[in-house]
Amino acid sequence: MTETTRTMLLNAGPAHPAMHGVIRIELGLDGEVIRQADVEIGYLHRGFEKHCEASSYTQCFPYTDRLNYVSPLINNFAFAAGVEKLMGLEVPERCQYIRVLMSEISRICDHLTCIGASAMELGAFSVFLYMIKAREWLWELVEEVTGARLTVSYGRIGGVKADLTADFAERCREVTSKVSEVLGEVDELLTRNRIFYDRMRGVGVISAESAVAYGITGPFLRSTGVDYDVRKASPYFVYDRMDFDVPVGGQGDNMDRYLVRMEEMRQSLRIVEQCLEQMPEGPTNVDPDGKLIAPDLMADLGKFGKTRGLLSNEVLIEPTLQGSEKRFHDRVYAADKASRLPAKEQVYSNIEALMNHFKIVMMGHGIRPPRGEVYFPMEGANGELAFYIVSDGSDRPWRVRCHPPCFPIMAALSSILEGDQMADIIPTFGSVNMIAGELDR
Amino acid sequence: MPGSTLTRLQESFPEAILGTHSRLGEDTAILKPEALRRVARFLKEDPRLRFDFLMDLTAVDHWKRKPRFELVCHLYSRSNNARLRLKAPLGGASPEAPSLTSLWPAADWYEREVFDMFGIRFRGHPDLRRILMYREFQGHPLRKDYPIDKRQPLVGPKD
Amino acid sequence: MEVDFKGTPELGFFASRLDDVVGWARQYSIFQYPFVTACCGMEYMATACAHYDVDRFGAGLPRFSPRQADVLFVVGTISQKIAPVLVNVYQQMCAPKWVVAFGVCTCTGGFYDNYATVRGIDHVIPVDVYIPGCPPRPETVLQGLMMLQEKIRKEKQEL
Repeated sequence: MTETTRTMLLNAGPAHPAMHGVIRIELGLDGEVIRQADVEIGYLHRGFEKHCEASSYTQCFPYTDRLNYVSPLINNFAFAAGVEKLMGLEVPERCQYIRVLMSEISRICDHLTCIGASAMELGAFSVFLYMIKAREWLWELVEEVTGARLTVSYGRIGGVKADLTADFAERCREVTSKVSEVLGEVDELLTRNRIFYDRMRGVGVISAESAVAYGITGPFLRSTGVDYDVRKASPYFVYDRMDFDVPVGGQGDNMDRYLVRMEEMRQSLRIVEQCLEQMPEGPTNVDPDGKLIAPDLMADLGKFGKTRGLLSNEVLIEPTLQGSEKRFHDRVYAADKASRLPAKEQVYSNIEALMNHFKIVMMGHGIRPPRGEVYFPMEGANGELAFYIVSDGSDRPWRVRCHPPCFPIMAALSSILEGDQMADIIPTFGSVNMIAGELDR
Repeated sequence: MPGSTLTRLQESFPEAILGTHSRLGEDTAILKPEALRRVARFLKEDPRLRFDFLMDLTAVDHWKRKPRFELVCHLYSRSNNARLRLKAPLGGASPEAPSLTSLWPAADWYEREVFDMFGIRFRGHPDLRRILMYREFQGHPLRKDYPIDKRQPLVGPKD
Repeated sequence: MEVDFKGTPELGFFASRLDDVVGWARQYSIFQYPFVTACCGMEYMATACAHYDVDRFGAGLPRFSPRQADVLFVVGTISQKIAPVLVNVYQQMCAPKWVVAFGVCTCTGGFYDNYATVRGIDHVIPVDVYIPGCPPRPETVLQGLMMLQEKIRKEKQEL
């Protein structure tokens, strides 16, 4: 008697319980073993690049938020830095420190979500709760500075939206110490956990050569032993002044990726601490004794032309907008008038600033980088995040291309999965940390 | 060192290079499209250059300019910590370029995306089909003449 | 003798009390199916976890099979490519079922007004509660959930 076997076709996704993110994997199964996997993406394609071509440079920021929505700040800064390079803008030192600081907080949030979610999918629900709790603390911190929890739009061409709030350093230290406690707890719960270990170790293996050939970067590449990190290879902002290590793995499996991410979070905490220590105060240009006035009153005074006293006064503003007052403006914005928005106090109180504001904000005016093209790479949470921007000299970018770090990883996913078992899809896919927003754009 | 890659490239392929520049410190070489694979292989395998990463591959639609499209590759060399941009102008009604999949598997999905978004075909690509849009979709959305709000719904009202 | 029970006031009273009881029970035992696609999923996670604790409203257990779920949470942008899947999932749910549009993309399409997206899921499936926001804060989500509970309680209950 002869037995015939045939491959079973099975669709995992696009709405699959253990897959965060919409993606479909068409599996060819031989029993439990994956013989062939075809990965289909594009379920969250929402025309980021087309939208950027139709928007002014400033209007692109909200779209960049929603690329990698787990670490939106890094996207913001990457786009801003690209345009700044194109325009030859120099950003103040304090602003660069703020950017580094906020990027690292974002990176921690990203890794927390990634590890939390993939641990949950393997059954460790409490880890997920712990990690989201820690992320919540960090988000509160982010909210305090940017005014939003998730879709922050905090980056600006030539600076950031607002300076840090007065008690930021203190609050930040409080939160980071709590976060590192959580990391310790998770480490105890997971790293030596037999079930977790068995499902992660030796699963989803990729060699260093094939990771490089696929153009994979970030923690995924570093887990194979290649120590490529954009922050070290071509430092941007003030990363060259930071003292941090780049953790690398050796086997290129899920466990290594988990360990690399855990260690990266600790390194990020180190960078955050160094930023808080080194951050310069920066110039301020206003009399610190000016009294506080309400914004509506100030606007009225401005309309009536009573602007004499206004310039030296500080305006009382919404708590969520703290840090965007005039006295902080020079600290966080480049000196170039053609690209930076004037402070709100000035817009309301004198015609020059109002015109300046108008020229930057209105369609058809706006920020106009010179003709040219730029490719600016940064270390995103998933790997090299880069914007390739082509300018034709008008107020809208001619072409914006986002190089999404998880795109090459997803391209390699089918070859990683082949030969593994059906159940291994979950930890492997979890360790990819696919973010549909940046994958499909 | 900026520029040194470009000199080496120009020495080796004087006939294939249409122009080079290093604006903003970014080395750029403009090539004849048919030489793309040859030059890329050289860049990847030359012991002094060793561009082992294909970081990005995309295209730009210059619309009213001729030739209309431009294929843009970004390479990275780990050993020299150097970056290089290769550009190849593509024209004609149905633009075509040689595929780089035989050199870097990374090119596979990038080229599918460029095909999907711009309608540029790649000679020698093993499986050139849409990647982000669905099979039923007509046209190529990132071409400048595709209107941004032209929808082609699969279910529901046809707008 | 034929009696039309529907017309008698006593039974109407019982039926309406039964409605109340069933409605009360249903509003606190919501099994949701999160159809998570995009950014809003992050806020969905935040709502579901310890800080905001959606369990307090009896909606803590997500069911990942549409056949076991009562409420479809559509979380995140719905593109034209995924829309047929969403309709499929909706059709697989058993009545009584409700739909929550979570985030502005599902309400109206949000600021993604382009070739790839559906401008509001009410073009393809009916919606009971709209929660705007990009993404909505967890407090907004909880308010939306309470409105849904109110709606479930007041409905004519099908048994």
